[in-house]
Amino acid sequence: MHAPVPPRGAFRPGFPKPGRLAAFRQWLGPSPFTQLAVLALVLAGLVYFGGNVLATMDRLGLKPGFAFLSQRANFEIGESLIAYSASDSYGRALLAGLLNTVTVAFFGCMLATILGTLLGIMRLSDNLVISTAVRTYVELFRNTPLLLQLFLWSALFHALPAPRRAISLFDSIFLTNRGVFLPRPVVVVMPSLTGLVAALLAVGLVPLIARRLFQVRAVLRWQVVSGALAIIAIIAWVSGLSLAAEWPVKGGFNLSGGLSLTPEFAGLLTGLTLNSAAAIAEIVRSGIQSVGKGQWEAARALGLKPRQIMRLIVLPQALRVITPLMTSSYLDLTKNSSLAVAIGFPDLVSVANTIGNTTGQSLEAIVLIAGVYLLLNLGVSLLMNRYNRRLLAKEARRA
Amino acid sequence: MSDVRSFSLPLPRRLPQAGLFDSWRNAALTLSSLAVLVWLLWPLLRWALVDAVWTGAAQACSGVEGACWAFIAAKLRFILFGFYPPELQWRPALVTIGIAALLLLSSRPRFWSTRLLVVWLVALPLAWIIMAGSILPPAVSTNQWGGLPLTLLVSLIGLATAFPLAVLLALARRAQMAILRLLAIAFIECLRGVPLIAVLYVAMLIVPMALPADALLDKLLRAQIGITLFVSAYLAEILRAGLQSLPLGQTEAAYSLGLGYWRTMQLVILPQALRAVIPAILNLSIGLILNTSLLAVIGISDLLNTAKTAATDPNWLGFYTESFVFVAILYFAISYSASRYTLWLERRLRAAVS
Repeated sequence: MHAPVPPRGAFRPGFPKPGRLAAFRQWLGPSPFTQLAVLALVLAGLVYFGGNVLATMDRLGLKPGFAFLSQRANFEIGESLIAYSASDSYGRALLAGLLNTVTVAFFGCMLATILGTLLGIMRLSDNLVISTAVRTYVELFRNTPLLLQLFLWSALFHALPAPRRAISLFDSIFLTNRGVFLPRPVVVVMPSLTGLVAALLAVGLVPLIARRLFQVRAVLRWQVVSGALAIIAIIAWVSGLSLAAEWPVKGGFNLSGGLSLTPEFAGLLTGLTLNSAAAIAEIVRSGIQSVGKGQWEAARALGLKPRQIMRLIVLPQALRVITPLMTSSYLDLTKNSSLAVAIGFPDLVSVANTIGNTTGQSLEAIVLIAGVYLLLNLGVSLLMNRYNRRLLAKEARRA
Repeated sequence: MSDVRSFSLPLPRRLPQAGLFDSWRNAALTLSSLAVLVWLLWPLLRWALVDAVWTGAAQACSGVEGACWAFIAAKLRFILFGFYPPELQWRPALVTIGIAALLLLSSRPRFWSTRLLVVWLVALPLAWIIMAGSILPPAVSTNQWGGLPLTLLVSLIGLATAFPLAVLLALARRAQMAILRLLAIAFIECLRGVPLIAVLYVAMLIVPMALPADALLDKLLRAQIGITLFVSAYLAEILRAGLQSLPLGQTEAAYSLGLGYWRTMQLVILPQALRAVIPAILNLSIGLILNTSLLAVIGISDLLNTAKTAATDPNWLGFYTESFVFVAILYFAISYSASRYTLWLERRLRAAVS
C-alpha cells in the first residue's frame, strides 16, 4: 500500500507512546467514536436482517443450520466423479458438485493457458493474416456475453449427430449428441522396452531440453528432476508397467470404451476455454509488449537472434506482468464455471441451488457456495501477494 | 471482470515491414493460414448467407439447411422489447433511443459538465417512470419489461447507483480509521470473491426472507440492488487504484492550504483520481452490460432471455441458433464500439495530460 492519507490531527511528533492502549489507539486512528458508531450501525443492520431471516425460516417451519446435509438427497446428479445416487446425503451431493466444479476449472485453466499463450504470440506475428485472424477471434469472444457463448456451445454439442452417424476425428475422437468420446490413458501391465527407452530419454534429454529452453544455470535441480524421472522409468520397466490408451469403439447404436464427456461438460469446457483463451491471449500480448522497445534494440545490438531475444530478454520480463493477471484470469474462469447452472451441468452452484430449492434451506446453500469461492479467492490472493513480494525483493537485490 | 484492454506500446517487429509474401516462409504461412480459415469459415458462411432463408413464414424454413433469418424478422419486436404490451412499445423504444442519444452526446469530452451529470441523474429515473407508466397510465409491471431497454437500464442504473457507494468504499479502504477500513475491505473482498450468480441468488432468495413479513420488494428491483452492490465493489477497487496513483504531495498541499478532508477530496484528489481511471471505468461498464445477461438465469427477461424465449414460440419452434446469433451481433456492436471508444478516449486523455 502507498502511504495513507494523513487526516488532520493524526500527526504526532516524537516517538510513539508505549503501552497497549496507546498502540491500539494508534491502530484505530482518528475519530474513534464515529468509527464505533458506524460499526454499531452495521452490526444493528445485520442483527435486524438476520432476525428477519430467522423469523421467516421459523414461519416456514425450517430449522437454521447445516444438519440437513446428512439427510437423504432424493435427487439424481447428471454426472459425478464419485459414486453418487439419489439415496446418498445432501452433503455427498454437494461434494460431487464441488468435484465437478474443480474438474471443469482445472481442465479449463490448463487448456485456456495453452491456447491463450499460442494465440497471444500469434497475435504479435508479422504475418497480417495470422494477426488479423487472432484479433478477430479475441474481439468476438470478449465482446459477447459468456453466457450467450455457453448457450451456443451447449446447443451445438446437443445438435451433433446420433452415435450411429458420429463425426469421428482420426477414428479416435467421436463427436455425438450423447457426448464426446476420447481415448483414455490407462496404466497396463505390459512388459516392453518402452520403459527402458523412457528411462534413457529422461536421463539424457530432460536436462538438455531444460537447459536449452530456459538457459537454466541451476544444473543440480535438473539433475535431481531427471534422476527422479529415471528412477520412476526404471521401476516402471522392471515391473512391466506401461502407459497405453483405451480407444472408444463404435458399436451398433452407441459407443463404448474410452473417456466419454457429456454434452453439458463438453459445452461448458469448450465455452470457458475459448472465452478465457481470448483473455489470456490479450494478457500474454500486453505482457510481451510491456517490455520496452529499447530492450529489443539493445538485444539486437548485442547480436542476439530473434528467438534468443524472446527467450532471454523479453519473456522473463514479460512474465512479471503476466503472472498476476493470469492468476486473476484463472479465478475468473473458476467463478465463471458457476454459469454451468444455466446449461444443466451439475457444478457446485447448480447442486447447491437444487438443494436450496428442495429443502428450502437456500440461506445455507448460498453460504456454502460463497464460502467455497471466498476460500478459494483468499487462498489464491495470499499466494499471489507472496509471489509479488518475492518478485519485489528480487528487484531490490538487483538494483 | 478484470480486463486487460488497454495497450498502446508500439509493436516490436522482427522484420522491417509487415508482410505477407516477403519471404518463402511467410508466404507459406500466409497461404496455409488462409486455407485453414476458408476451411473453417466456409460452412459458417454457407449457413449464414448462401443457404439462408430471409423472408416468409415458418413453413419457408422447414427442411432448409441454412439459417432462418425470417424468424428474426418475425420476432424482432419480441427480442427487443420482451413481453411489454405491444400497443405500448413506444415507451421502451423511446427509452432505448433516449439512452442511446444521451450516450452518444456524453461520448464527446467537450460536453462533459455538471449539467450533463444532472441530465443523466434526471434521465435514468425518468426512463424508469416512463417504462413503469406511473405518471402516464396504464401502468406496466416490471415483470413485463424486457429486452434491450431492460439490459441498458439495469446496467446504467447499476453503474450510477454504485458510484457514490464505490467512492465511499474506496476512501474508507484508504482511510486511517481502522474499523472503517476493515469494513470496506470485508465488503469489497466478499463481493469480488463470489460469482455474480451467487449475488443474484442472494437478491432473489435471501433478500425476501430478510425483509419484514409484510414487506415486498419488486423482483427487478432486488436484482438491481444485487448488481449495484456487486459493481460497487469492483468500481471501488478501480477508484482506489486511481487514488493510489496520486502523489502524497497533492493531499499535503491541499491540507496546507487549509482545506479539510472532504474539501480536499472533492476539489483536489477525486477529480484527478477519476480522470486517471476513466478508461478502466468504461471497461468495467462494458463488462457490466455483458454480465447483465446473467439475469436470464434468475428468470428476468433481459436481451439474452428474450432471445431464448423467442425460440420457444410454437409457430417458430427451436430457432435458438439464429436467435442467439442475432443478439450476439447486438451485444458485439455495443461492446465493440464502446471498447474502441475507450481506446480513443484513453489516447486523448493521455495527450491532454502531457
